[in-house]
Amino acid sequence: MVRVEFLGPIQKEALELEITNLNELAKILQADAEVSDWLESCAVALNDTLVTSLEAPLKDGDKISLLPPVCGG
Amino acid sequence: MLSLYDGSLDVPSILKEWYEEEATSNYGAYIPFVGTVRSEDGIDGLSFDVYEPILELWFSSWQEKAKEKGAKIKMAHSKGDVLLHESSYIAAVFSPKRRVALEFIDEFVEDFKASAPIWKYDLKNGQRIYAKDRSTAISGSGLLA
Repeated sequence: MVRVEFLGPIQKEALELEITNLNELAKILQADAEVSDWLESCAVALNDTLVTSLEAPLKDGDKISLLPPVCGG
Repeated sequence: MLSLYDGSLDVPSILKEWYEEEATSNYGAYIPFVGTVRSEDGIDGLSFDVYEPILELWFSSWQEKAKEKGAKIKMAHSKGDVLLHESSYIAAVFSPKRRVALEFIDEFVEDFKASAPIWKYDLKNGQRIYAKDRSTAISGSGLLA
């Protein structure tokens, strides 16, 4: 299982999914009305490291985080 | 050094603590930036969510860059609510000479605004409202869209 967490203002509980890459996650989230509008502005981290490719393979126990636009300070 | 606090920052105490920590480190310059909540648009204050694992990694990478220049960065940030005229953010650079610290504090704070995983909300009429218009998408966003 891969855990998917939605950070900051995204009001959505974490998901536990059987997926093997980020392409599969993209398809699932694009079809999810609660989160689809956020995808364009969200960065993605795999085990707390930002990723830039959908091809990264996923394994059991991985954690994915979606990071919406930030504003510290 | 990265420190997170629940609620507003005790600015004089933190600045003093940092000053004393480096008093004999032979840095010629100590340049702090303090961010304070201003009264605007009828807000009662601001509130912050922080994702600590990525914030710590981001901060470590900046600490490495500072080290290459013989400098050191310290940062404090609030979690939760910070009311008007209180402070939520302090960043400071220590360096042997002022020029490095002046340039570094500018670069560091700019990247902090664009990359640090912290989310800001306006506190207004008892509600906590995401400051979407003032927020910046992290570089590389949209991968799953």
